[in-house]
Amino acid sequence: MTTFFQLVVSGITVGSIYALVAIGFTLVYRASGIFNFAQGEYVMLGGMITGILMTTCGVGFVPASLVAILVTVAIGAISYLLAIRPARSAAQVHLLIITIGISVLLRGLTSALLGKDFVRIPTFVSPETFNIGGVVIQSQALLVIAGAMAMASLLWLFLTRSFVGKGITAVSANLMAAKLVGINPAAIVALCFGISACIGAVGGLVATPITMTSYDAGTMLAIKGFSAAMLGGISSAAGPLVGGLLIGLFEAFGAGYVSSTYKDAFALLILLGVLAFRPQGLFGNRSTQRV
Amino acid sequence: MLTKALQNPFVSTLAVALIVVALPLVVGSNFHIRLATMVYIFSIVVLGLNLLMGYAGQVSLGHAGFFILGAYSVALGPSQLGLNPWLSMAGGVALTSALAFVIGRPLLRLSGYHLAMATLAFGAIVYVFITNEVDLTGGPDGMQVQRANLSVLGLSHLMSWYWLAGGFLVLSMLILSNLLSSPAGRALRALHDSEVAAGVLGIDVARAKLMAFVISAALAALAGANLALLDGHITPAAGGILRSVELLTMAVVGGLGSLVGSVAGAAFLVLLPQFLTEFHDYEHAILGFLLVVIMVMLPLGIVPSLNAVMRRWLP
Amino acid sequence: MKRTLTICAATGLALILSGQVALAEVKIGAVVSTTGPASFLGEPQKQTLELYVKELNDKGGINGEPVKLVLYDDGSDANASRTFATRLVEEDRVDAVVGGSGTGNSLAMIPVFEDAQIPYVSFSGGVEIIDPVRKWVFKPPHTDLMACQKIYEDMKKRGISKIAIIAGQGGFAKSMEKQCKRVASNYGISILMSESYGPRDSDVTPQLNRIKASTGVQAVLNPDIGQGPAIVTRNFHQLGMGAQLYLSHAAATSGYLKAVGSDANGALLPAPSLLVAEALPESDPLKKVLTGYKTLFEKSTGKEADAFGGYARDSFLLLADAMKRAGTKEKTAVRDALEATKGFLGTVGTINMSPTDHLGIDLSSFKMLKVVDAKWGIAD
Repeated sequence: MTTFFQLVVSGITVGSIYALVAIGFTLVYRASGIFNFAQGEYVMLGGMITGILMTTCGVGFVPASLVAILVTVAIGAISYLLAIRPARSAAQVHLLIITIGISVLLRGLTSALLGKDFVRIPTFVSPETFNIGGVVIQSQALLVIAGAMAMASLLWLFLTRSFVGKGITAVSANLMAAKLVGINPAAIVALCFGISACIGAVGGLVATPITMTSYDAGTMLAIKGFSAAMLGGISSAAGPLVGGLLIGLFEAFGAGYVSSTYKDAFALLILLGVLAFRPQGLFGNRSTQRV
Repeated sequence: MLTKALQNPFVSTLAVALIVVALPLVVGSNFHIRLATMVYIFSIVVLGLNLLMGYAGQVSLGHAGFFILGAYSVALGPSQLGLNPWLSMAGGVALTSALAFVIGRPLLRLSGYHLAMATLAFGAIVYVFITNEVDLTGGPDGMQVQRANLSVLGLSHLMSWYWLAGGFLVLSMLILSNLLSSPAGRALRALHDSEVAAGVLGIDVARAKLMAFVISAALAALAGANLALLDGHITPAAGGILRSVELLTMAVVGGLGSLVGSVAGAAFLVLLPQFLTEFHDYEHAILGFLLVVIMVMLPLGIVPSLNAVMRRWLP
Repeated sequence: MKRTLTICAATGLALILSGQVALAEVKIGAVVSTTGPASFLGEPQKQTLELYVKELNDKGGINGEPVKLVLYDDGSDANASRTFATRLVEEDRVDAVVGGSGTGNSLAMIPVFEDAQIPYVSFSGGVEIIDPVRKWVFKPPHTDLMACQKIYEDMKKRGISKIAIIAGQGGFAKSMEKQCKRVASNYGISILMSESYGPRDSDVTPQLNRIKASTGVQAVLNPDIGQGPAIVTRNFHQLGMGAQLYLSHAAATSGYLKAVGSDANGALLPAPSLLVAEALPESDPLKKVLTGYKTLFEKSTGKEADAFGGYARDSFLLLADAMKRAGTKEKTAVRDALEATKGFLGTVGTINMSPTDHLGIDLSSFKMLKVVDAKWGIAD
């Protein structure tokens, strides 16, 4: 039984990290229909900038993390305005390639400017671990889980309760009508890129004490986050959160009970199975899918 | 007139064939011949991907999986089954096509990003398998591939594969040109514009998509086998997830819905890194930057965008 | 007048075009993985090569000719390594080549250098690079097989016979795992379990839990590179595993120690003496070589030197030494001189090549290290 609960703990920890990436994906997708491949890079930047500022410049955690969030948000918004918006009339797959280009650019710049070593942020909660009936839990993991929950709830509140959030729904539902009632779609989408970059950077901050990070950490995160978003469904706020946690749990149970070598394949097979029966994802809603 | 001719798939096939024949007369260096060969090899996969994406409108992030299956079939055929490398190549293409046929039906019920996810999962599973079955595949360090070439015709190993890859490329373009001007091809194009409308017109949408999927998988396997035989050594990194992303990028950058665009996209991404080595640490940053700039300046991809420009300026 | 000018200009142009002939220099090619999964190996190797080329040129080069380094990054992709190998041979017309951060990269390049008959010194660990011996290929680094043997000898000494392996899925990890499994029985070691984790996994508690739950495992061996060993070490510590933790020589980096701190206390690993150079007796002839490399690398990069950068130093200087002894950069003479290398002091130990041995080092060049108070120490 201890083993079972230890696997659950591991799965939820790892899954929360995937969920944080997936939540960022969802917001941009909701506003623009774009899958932003650079979402993983935002997570990497949040961790890298904070870690470098703390270890090499001796800056404290709070100012370092604020700088990291601000820089990442600026990168998110600017990359939308300079690279994606000018091509907004192009097909979805063309915009996907632009975001791939942005992710290659960010990875390349990070390696050139911040170096290629892996970076760790010291755990900022203590004690480092605690033990409940033989199950070991990292304190930092609780923070990651709380972070994912908080981000998912805030996203939901933001989309359904705030004026801007309603604007996003309006822009994605009917662009022309949204313009007519005085909503500026460029500002709305730029804001969404900024917020999703912020979600990514915060995710990087809380996760890096566990995962460590380096300039090339973003790709794998983007792929896992993409899987999480697809499994959960991208048209609801709960989708990416549940999708992320499930992928994490599948991997943990795959590693614990099936084969650690094929745990990723195990998780992907379940995902394929789910997509076969519910192509829109677990929480997806067919009608809001963009054509 | 000129622009119209350039859009004709048979004309572009002829143009590519002329380049393949003329290039060895111009360049002598083995390095340049190798680069050209790699451009041909990647063009073959991208052609298939273009048929699937540009004509049938289905996005795949898993074609590196088919590519690597083709590559390992020429590595494993001779070493495990004692087969002749040429036979292994044919067998690999056939088996990969059969696999695509089997998984194609359920996969293609998905569309858009969901199909991209499902194909990505397929590619990742193939990659994990090849990386971890060390006793069979040699694991991440890869395995040797038995040498096969046209030395009986007095050609060096490299030149053999230059001609073979170039020949396969022209042949693939010819087959696709024929396909696209046949009723099946017109059905595919109708699909891209609107699946619903195509269905109403009596086109078997599922069958048309499946055909494009199987052809693209076969071309990917053929290209993979060519690469493995050219190099004489193959590692799983040749077909990882990043390779799928790269192939997709080649197809889009070159231009969806244009056969010669596939060749242009492959050439762009094979050759560009060779020019960027001067920049050392900033190599990747510049590659990403150029990718963004190209896609913003030429939003339809290199070939269709240039075509549009030419249409405006030429009669 | 005009005509003379034209002739002058043409002659000048011809001189520039034939620059390779006019400017005598030793061209050394290098292909390393400074990006991609193997960049943990390739980056210090690149930095080391650049340092030593500069140092050698400050001292007057090789045989009076300056050294020019032509270095390419293969992004950890063997197919790219091969393209760059062809470029070095055909375009840059180098006199010799070093590099190949990963075993797969080296293996993909070897046929190019064999066909072109160019001396090649590899940086990678795989034993298949020099076994069987290939005429033009040499390699000073320890093989992963040697790391396994060193670890098993240490296990025997401590009375450990039942172990579990937990390895990553990269080239280094898989290759070492394979070698360790192959020779385990020679040392009376039985491998009870074999677990794995994926690239960039951030948690391996499920795997370690399985090992913990099984009975009789006395030690856990983690062959891997990059952040994998750090994640394993931390989870190992957090779960309070009772077994002894063994790592590979790839964990012998400052990055690893910085990432895990005191969580690594008690872990054992084989490593070149480089990491404990200061602790060696003055009488040891290697001490000067090791501290020399350490000081040079750390002064100019601000980072701690590790085994992989050391491999680049050894390969490059081995080649330079052979060229000096041959008195020429002519390829066959350099190859013969490489094969005749005797008593060369490298960071991996004393290197003695022969026609039947293109590796040239033995197990004595590995030291068993133990992490004590988050620092390296020599194990008893």
